[in-house]
Amino acid sequence: MNVVAKTETGRALGDAFAVVRDRLPGEGKIADQRRQAFEAYERSGLPHRRIEDWKYTDLRALMREVLPLAASPDDAALSRARAVVQARAIEGVRRLVLVDGAFAPDLSDWQDLEKGLSINPLRLALEAGDEIVATQALASDVANPMIALNGAMATDGVVIDVAHGTVLTQPLHIVHVASGTAPASTFTRSLLRLGRDAGVTLVESYLAADGAKAYQTHDGLVVAIGDNSRLDHVRLVEDSVDAFNISSATVSLGAHAHFNTFGLTSGGHVSRYQLTVTCAGEGSTVETNGVNLINGKQHADTTLFMDHAVPHCASREVFRAVVDDRAHSVFQGRIIVRPDAQKTDAKMMTRALLLSDDAEADNKPELEIFADDVTCGHGATTGALDESLLFYMRARGLPEKEAQALLIQAFVGEAIETIASDELREVAIAAAQRWLQARA
Amino acid sequence: MSLLEVKDLQVRVEEREILHGLSLTVNPGEVHAIMGPNGSGKSTLSHVIAGKPGYEVTGGQILFRGEDLLEMEPNERAAQGVFLAFQYPVEIPGVTTWNFLHAALNAQRKARGEDEISSPAFLKKVREVARSLNIPQDMLKRGVNVGFSGGEKKRNEILQMALFEPAVCILDEMDSGLDIDALRIAADGVNALRSPERAMVVITHYQRLLNYIVPDFVHVMSKGRVVKSGGKELALELEESGYAQFEDAA
Ligand SMILES: Nc1ncnc2c1ncn2[C@@H]1O[C@H](COP(=O)(O)OP(=O)(O)OP(=O)(O)O)[C@@H](O)[C@H]1O
Ligand SMILES: [Mg+2]
Repeated sequence: MNVVAKTETGRALGDAFAVVRDRLPGEGKIADQRRQAFEAYERSGLPHRRIEDWKYTDLRALMREVLPLAASPDDAALSRARAVVQARAIEGVRRLVLVDGAFAPDLSDWQDLEKGLSINPLRLALEAGDEIVATQALASDVANPMIALNGAMATDGVVIDVAHGTVLTQPLHIVHVASGTAPASTFTRSLLRLGRDAGVTLVESYLAADGAKAYQTHDGLVVAIGDNSRLDHVRLVEDSVDAFNISSATVSLGAHAHFNTFGLTSGGHVSRYQLTVTCAGEGSTVETNGVNLINGKQHADTTLFMDHAVPHCASREVFRAVVDDRAHSVFQGRIIVRPDAQKTDAKMMTRALLLSDDAEADNKPELEIFADDVTCGHGATTGALDESLLFYMRARGLPEKEAQALLIQAFVGEAIETIASDELREVAIAAAQRWLQARA
Repeated sequence: MSLLEVKDLQVRVEEREILHGLSLTVNPGEVHAIMGPNGSGKSTLSHVIAGKPGYEVTGGQILFRGEDLLEMEPNERAAQGVFLAFQYPVEIPGVTTWNFLHAALNAQRKARGEDEISSPAFLKKVREVARSLNIPQDMLKRGVNVGFSGGEKKRNEILQMALFEPAVCILDEMDSGLDIDALRIAADGVNALRSPERAMVVITHYQRLLNYIVPDFVHVMSKGRVVKSGGKELALELEESGYAQFEDAA
């Protein structure tokens, strides 16, 4: 494999980086960090199927090129964004909006913060030369080209700090909106730092304003959960049907910390979500659950890397894919149990429901266990809707699509049920309903 | 006009003919019993009437109120008033009975151009019916038939029949798996639905059910045909002499 191969697109992007470098916030060490990340990206370029991790999601074939950086949103863009943000508003949350990769202060509730909570736009922190934020937020696994690219190019994001002992009652909601009428890329990074004994509920949504075209969203989230703290996280990808969403989240947990995350992907043409979770403190527990609801020619990839580095931690994955038409769902789940991580309890269960003959679901579980006293397991199934159930339901008067919808809801319900908060469960159910209604 | 008219019906399953020219006419208000040995095609007939996929009708027709039933989707048939109480009701995990019944009833009403029924009104209705059939309320909160005993599943079928108020009810071995008390309660539920407009087709192996649900006509099926029809006394005759005499006739 020729890793230094530079495609035409690679060269074009290299030139683009040189051009936009001055628009990227942060100087000195921060600029150096960006350059190194970009060089790491350039060494491989867009990942393709001959790279094991990208076997099912060949971005060279699917995406072909990284679009140029989006312009900062003007008033028209902001007002288009405002419309979709309001249409999809979640009751009772503190909303933080990023439009075309730029923090939108007027659309965000970032004033009057509770005690112990601080929120800053990443751009401001980088412009102020905050090297700690820069190091933490822009930190990139240079072996992963898309995370490196995101770290090199990130223009903005939110930096959220929750002090020791602060349990937020109001959920935070980061909304990514693409307003663009011209195809372009956005690059964002957000950082969430929870102190000890803290608690936060975070929702992330990816939305398209009316008329947004063939855009690319490149996002990254970096999270540190302190000892005895808890993060509840729900992520909803509802991009437009021609959009690309290449995102990552890197989460580390302290001792006796808890992380419950649920992702639902129903939008976007091609999406890839790379979630890396590290249990770095003993006694921490992780629940990572997700649902793909896709049709048409959609391609949705969730790639999880669960790293058990210390003893006495538990992780659970429940993943459900519903795939219609010619869509393609990918779930890769790698669990590594390091030599010290005795008494690890890790289980992963994935199920796919294929609604058409041309639908495809790939599932790649990998367990790498280097400790001997552990309980680990994984299971996977792929199947179609049960005809005898469908007939029973139709014989009771339900049209076929409605009968299917009830069975699909039940199927994804097993993953949605894992969401701890009632309100967030409702938010996820509503997103699933939107997909089912659009299908009916 | 007859409510349901099965004329010279021929049905194949996987290249094998199961029904070889079966005819049956059911008028409003009538109760028909169909008896016959295992494998004679009773459930096949009920499935074809309800519209189950996988059956190939190679000859004959089924008319419902004079219309070609075979042209309708299963859900249209249900909305028009055809109801099948299944011999083997399926379990549907993750879909609560209450939710399922509400959605189904509203789908039927919508298909008929009627208004939807609200949750409170539905709840009231379904509770009343459940009470009359001795079905505990908490069963309605569980997944459809999930973890129900055999008898509870059968009672759930009768509950649905009472709820949907169909024009023709086909009951496929509703008595199998029911204890004596449950049988009486279920039969009472069925009898309560007898009316001059409604017809019942009761498939059973046992004369005992027909003591509770007294039929107007009894038909004997053998090898995919109706080989004898008569009044309720035919059932008693069968109880005495078995099906052997008809096997040859078929
Ligand atoms: N899907 C199928 N594939 C193959 N053969 C079938 C299928 N369904 C039914 N049959 C056959 O058709 C015949 C009639 O079956 P059916 O279930 O209608 O009988 P039945 O009269 O209801 O019997 P029972 O009294 O045991 O319920 C049987 O020989 C059965 O094996
Ligand atoms: Mg039968």
